[in-house]
Amino acid sequence: MLVIVTEELTKRFPRVVALDDLNIEVPAGVVGLVGANGAGKSTLIKILLGLLPATTGRATVLGLDVSTAGTRIREQVGYMPEHDVLPPDVSATELIVHLARMSGLPKTAARERTADTLRHVGLYEERYRAIGGYSTGMRQRVKLAQSLVHDPTLVFLDEPTNGLDPAGRDEMLGLIRRIGTEFGITVLVTSHLLGEIERICDHVIVIDGGRLLHSSSTAAVTGTRQRLLVEVTEGTEQLAELLRRAGATASVSGRLVEVEIRAESTYDLVRDHVAELGVGLVRIEQRHHRIAEIFRPLPATTGEATDVPAT
Amino acid sequence: MSLPPSGGGPPASAGLGVIHDIGYRHHEGPRLGRGYIARSMFVASLLGAFGIGRSPKSKVMPMLLLAAMCLPALIIEAVVNGVHLKTQPVAYHRYPMVLQAVVAIFVAAQAPQSVSRDLRFRLTSLYFSRPLHRGDYVLAKFAAMTCALLVLLGLPLTILYGGGLLAKLPSVAETRHYLLGLAGAVLFSLVLAGVGLLIAAFTPRRGLGVAAVIAVLLVSYSAVSVVQGISVSVGRSTLAGYAGVFSPFTLVDGVQVWLLRAEPSTPAGPPGTTGGLLFLAVTAALIAGTYLLLLMRYRKVSVS
Repeated sequence: MLVIVTEELTKRFPRVVALDDLNIEVPAGVVGLVGANGAGKSTLIKILLGLLPATTGRATVLGLDVSTAGTRIREQVGYMPEHDVLPPDVSATELIVHLARMSGLPKTAARERTADTLRHVGLYEERYRAIGGYSTGMRQRVKLAQSLVHDPTLVFLDEPTNGLDPAGRDEMLGLIRRIGTEFGITVLVTSHLLGEIERICDHVIVIDGGRLLHSSSTAAVTGTRQRLLVEVTEGTEQLAELLRRAGATASVSGRLVEVEIRAESTYDLVRDHVAELGVGLVRIEQRHHRIAEIFRPLPATTGEATDVPAT
Repeated sequence: MSLPPSGGGPPASAGLGVIHDIGYRHHEGPRLGRGYIARSMFVASLLGAFGIGRSPKSKVMPMLLLAAMCLPALIIEAVVNGVHLKTQPVAYHRYPMVLQAVVAIFVAAQAPQSVSRDLRFRLTSLYFSRPLHRGDYVLAKFAAMTCALLVLLGLPLTILYGGGLLAKLPSVAETRHYLLGLAGAVLFSLVLAGVGLLIAAFTPRRGLGVAAVIAVLLVSYSAVSVVQGISVSVGRSTLAGYAGVFSPFTLVDGVQVWLLRAEPSTPAGPPGTTGGLLFLAVTAALIAGTYLLLLMRYRKVSVS
């Protein structure tokens, strides 16, 4: 089932074209919306919430037209904004009970769901303290909780990992994954980091300059493109040769050997062959994709990938 | 797409004193509509104006001001009852004018707290991405501020009325004056709520909002008083009367004076029927105008 559909959606501001003839289809599940800053992600979310009129084109959310059914969409959708939006002088509980009522939840339900939701996002005793004293990680959790408190069918999470340290980032990503899988809520999460989106999303949509660059299931992206970079003290050529002979797809790029990851055993294969050569292993790391790589035509095997020529 | 409510956690009998993660539960109950949401916003804002539902610190100021409004009324009634006066020493309709500084400070403190705070911390993004309508937000805030001021002005009037009845002042006349005083308080509340909220909605910095409201309410009153004083002393009492239009307090006082045929609290009341009608028209235009400008202001607030 498609949760969001846009058809030739265009948004022009006086000075800039934020969305340019955008056609996307978002399935249920955890969906990543990736793009550099200014790619049009936030503009798209505002249009989908029915808060900003599109210049031309159409969009539907949960089968409702954004231009006419904004209120009904906002009843069923949660939104976590990118920026800091929390007043410092109230506690998380007070704020979220109030916001739950603003979504139409009766008083008792608002209280119960606030307690439940704050527990799910991992805020416990702190929830009775004023928000002014919270850390960035806690504030992000409060923002996430307010987007879930009315039990939406769909949530828009705009850059939820912004400003978090690596550990906080991992926890937030884990939480987002749980929202999709355990809570059964469709998530549209934006980020400018393809790497973190790949880890938690079933489907990835990449936009750039307001245009669709790429849309496919995550498996289609990662299945063929996960690579390992291996740096050794010497014998780069020999290592690549040995790995190729062992059946791996390996190539030399500069001082590094690039190996395609087929399974967990690929790591063992690399380790064993480096040991066999008797050279020093400087580092092994997973190669991170950059958005620019999506520009390159994907191999024909990724059938469902839709490539749009770069602007 | 949505999962059935998960009751899949371990049974509650698994052990006492252990908190079980019962998993995510969906909301099965009703979702209430536009009226409920607007009403909830109204109630939260009204209570918030007196610091109820907010930090203990934020209760201090409004409660002190409420006490400052009521204390003189209590003293007056103690005197009325103690020395058996035959009339109220301060007329009902004059009470808000006598204590206008307290009223002005209340508006200056609570209007920015009500609306500037939502703008400054971008809480409006969380509100307007919900089914709350922007127009309903303005209506709820306007109604809440008006009712808060009505409490502030109405409570001391009620104390005066109670004291008057206790002192066995003529009850028919007392009741009439009390009700007319309340009607005047409604006008004061509407005008002051409109002016206060409008200024606050354009000054997201709270301190600036407080200063701006104080300036508009008290400075305009001082200016009008000076003009009226000078005009009266040079024998231009008509000019003095019309000058009252230019400050919110003297404006509403003029309407009261004209409608009640009462003694003005200022050097001169609105001159004649023309003056009275003008004061009434300006008051109505001020209430409607501030409300419309607020609606326009909030149509422009973007969600970020």
